[in-house]
Amino acid sequence: MDVSLSLTVNGKAVTKTVDSRTLLVQFLRETLQLTGTHIGCDTAQCGACTVHMNGRAIKSCSMLALQVQGSEITTIEALSKNGELHPMQAAFRECHGLQCGFCTPGMVMSAVQLLADNPKADEAEIREALDGNICRCTGYQNIVKSIQFCQSGKTPTTV
Amino acid sequence: MGNMNDVVDLTKSPIGQSLRRREDRRFITGAGNYTDDVTLHGQTYGVFLRSPHAHARIKSIKLDAALKSPGVVDIITGADLAEAKVGGLPCGWLIHSKDGTPMKEPAHPVLAQGKVRHVGDQVALVIAETLLEAKDAAELVEVDYEELTPVIDISAADSIGSAVHDDVADNVCYDWGHGDKAAVDAAFAKAAHVTKLSFVNNRLIPNAIEPRAANASYTRHDESYTLYVANQNPHVERLLMCAFVLGLPESKVRVIAPDVGGGFGSKIFLYAEDVALVWASKRVGRPIKWTAERSESFLTDAHGRDHVSTAELAMDKDGNFLALRVKTIANMGAYLSTFASAVPTILYATLLAGQYKTPAIYAEVKAVFTNTAPVDAYRGAGRPEATYLVERIVEQAAREMKMNPAELRRQNFITTFPYATPVGLTYDVGGYAAHLDKAIKMADVAGYPARKAASAAKGKMRGMGYACYIEACGIAPSNIAGALGARAGLFEAGEVRVHPTGTVTVFTGSHSHGQGHETTFAQVVAARLGIPVENVEIVHGDTGRVPFGMGTYGSRSLAVGGTAIVKAVDKIIAKGKKIAAHLLEAADADIEFENGEFKVAGTDKKVAWGNVSLTAYVPHNFPLDKLEPGLNENAFYDPTNFTYPAGTYICEVEVDPETGKVKIEQFVAVDDFGNIVNPMIVEGQVQGGVAQGLGQAMMEGCTYDVASGQLLTGSFMDYAMPRAVDVPNIQISTTNTPCSHNPLGVKGCGEAGAIGSPPAYMNALTDALGVVDLAMPATPERVWRAANGMPA
Repeated sequence: MDVSLSLTVNGKAVTKTVDSRTLLVQFLRETLQLTGTHIGCDTAQCGACTVHMNGRAIKSCSMLALQVQGSEITTIEALSKNGELHPMQAAFRECHGLQCGFCTPGMVMSAVQLLADNPKADEAEIREALDGNICRCTGYQNIVKSIQFCQSGKTPTTV
Repeated sequence: MGNMNDVVDLTKSPIGQSLRRREDRRFITGAGNYTDDVTLHGQTYGVFLRSPHAHARIKSIKLDAALKSPGVVDIITGADLAEAKVGGLPCGWLIHSKDGTPMKEPAHPVLAQGKVRHVGDQVALVIAETLLEAKDAAELVEVDYEELTPVIDISAADSIGSAVHDDVADNVCYDWGHGDKAAVDAAFAKAAHVTKLSFVNNRLIPNAIEPRAANASYTRHDESYTLYVANQNPHVERLLMCAFVLGLPESKVRVIAPDVGGGFGSKIFLYAEDVALVWASKRVGRPIKWTAERSESFLTDAHGRDHVSTAELAMDKDGNFLALRVKTIANMGAYLSTFASAVPTILYATLLAGQYKTPAIYAEVKAVFTNTAPVDAYRGAGRPEATYLVERIVEQAAREMKMNPAELRRQNFITTFPYATPVGLTYDVGGYAAHLDKAIKMADVAGYPARKAASAAKGKMRGMGYACYIEACGIAPSNIAGALGARAGLFEAGEVRVHPTGTVTVFTGSHSHGQGHETTFAQVVAARLGIPVENVEIVHGDTGRVPFGMGTYGSRSLAVGGTAIVKAVDKIIAKGKKIAAHLLEAADADIEFENGEFKVAGTDKKVAWGNVSLTAYVPHNFPLDKLEPGLNENAFYDPTNFTYPAGTYICEVEVDPETGKVKIEQFVAVDDFGNIVNPMIVEGQVQGGVAQGLGQAMMEGCTYDVASGQLLTGSFMDYAMPRAVDVPNIQISTTNTPCSHNPLGVKGCGEAGAIGSPPAYMNALTDALGVVDLAMPATPERVWRAANGMPA
């Protein structure tokens, strides 16, 4: 059954007709071509699909598009402003917190939420808070380091 | 080694500096371009109907209802492919059994032909206007199955009386032997001590976070095909598909592997889905996209490891190794995947010498078919299995001989190079005591007894374990590989295109799916040409742009692919010298090239890089009578030997006997990778590799139900992937004996972590628990049972 859906995505009002079974992540990727949000599993475990809904990190694979009717959604594409990387994005590059890059958008969106909730999180708390995001490449050591770098407020190298 | 805290200084050579990755900007901003991100004009969507049974005969397939389902474009079954005479998938490596007979190569159909052989085996391809419509229609396909007895337990595969393939009654693919059996038997006869161990090298599911995906299209314009595919070696994919399956000219097929979200081996292979989509794209005349759901990845990606082995190590009374005898059963799964046959043989038994001068080694490997997903190369591929066996039995031997495990290793280390092992490899360089000593210092082994006592005082059990691994990387000299059964060459190709303004585009046959080639390869080229890194662009992953390539696996990219690029750069420099000689009115032989400038030796006469490149394309003042214009060179490089990264890993654990929980107190990794181009990237490879190896040791275990053949670990909720809380920070350092036979002196670093860490962890854990062996994955339940003297 096709239904109408209106919401705000990355600051822009969007109205589209979608199959009622459409998942939010499919809506973002297929209908809006926002392909920075990824699908890494089908059981809401890997976190590659993490976006912000009304300022909170959610897994867009485990919500129907209809459930976000009227909401504000922010995806990885809108995290940098005016060409300036968000400090968390810059930190991931600075600390080699990514390799293949596939889990990265979800990891960054979760990490932004993590520091919003707990700005002074220690290493154990950071690791605990990343429980919903799986990375197969990095062994997490540099992801943790990236988040700590972001906490430090240091300026990343430009090289 | 230097690390990412070092200040990057661009006034110096970029080699050896931790340049931040150039590819990162697109990945951290959501601008990556993975296969599923590609949507083409007129796009349709494919869904594979898969077998719910491990082993069954297909009595009938009824498509009527499905074909009438809304949005359906077409449905393809095995009958369509048989009628079109589409061949089966090939295996790239021929192994001969001890009796000289070639391995059994039963058909590997693209879509099932009369029988299904594992849960998830592909039966039909349903194509529709949307993904949801394709899924709806797939539900309406009626397949009538007659279930057969599944073959799951590899130890019973040759006696169960059920055949995975009707033409291989005993399910044995090959029964292979390697080494000097008589010499080994003689050495055992005079041994003062023999240590014996049995091992299961647990089956793993690779789980790159990007699932496999493909998007195939056909254009009538020039009757050509384009395949976007998540793959580690697009030219190999094209070669296998064109030459062995579809009978198409390669000139009519373009394979593009764009951004690829991790591979770990699982995206090397030619998969049935890729072929089915390419074939069907012509029939339907529209592009067809298929992306695996994670559940499909679990069921159909080639799995890794899955060996059952026994090993015996013979020593004299002083602990000198005399001989090693190994017997292994290896699981091939239901079909021979692309390099499956080579993994438990050529990539395994040849590494059984480890770092030791064991004079005689003999291994027997029986490979069997089962009703499980195909098994093939997974990070390390054969070398982790060999290292696990060698390093576990050496540690156990030290315990039985009441010797220090580090000193027993040192006593048996190979110390002179080159060294020919009794299993067919010649190690060119190495310095094993150097990394052992460094690791011992970093791990404060001297302070270990006090730490162990402190743990004991708290009621905890502490243990320490070593692993001194070696691997053969830089795969491979084509002639050696060919003599060992490889059906492909293993060189690499590169093209260096200098543009008129002096910027450079490099086309490499290597493929990056996380390794950072766009950065490291640019560092290599910029250093050699003396131009800024930002003036060098690296292109990979497209048979339409890159001349040729054998791709990325076996830690070969820099050692083989990087060398091909260096050779092409050197041709560029040689031609540039001739152009410069003309411009400077000097003899060719008098021109030197340094820091991006061509100079007449011994004078201050010089011409800049950019002037030479511009002259090459605007040849007004140019020696056209003896030199072609342009500045564009190709090179192919075939290595003369493998490279031999080696290292020492030390793991220290503390076990809580009340809960079975294990805390990794420290993990030290000291690797000899030869020269290093980007220390930051190398550290990242080691960190990731160690996490995967610890995953195998601590928590990952692919499990099939023996009675039904159903995959019991078919999701991230059932198969334990290491998460951030599970893996420790590791301490990393390096030593360096540069590779002697490639110009960069590099060896490769991609697999070491996954090879060295399982034995280091299990040696530490068995030491803590005071047991001879414990099965991987050493889950808390298994640890708790062992800690409390209960049977496993």
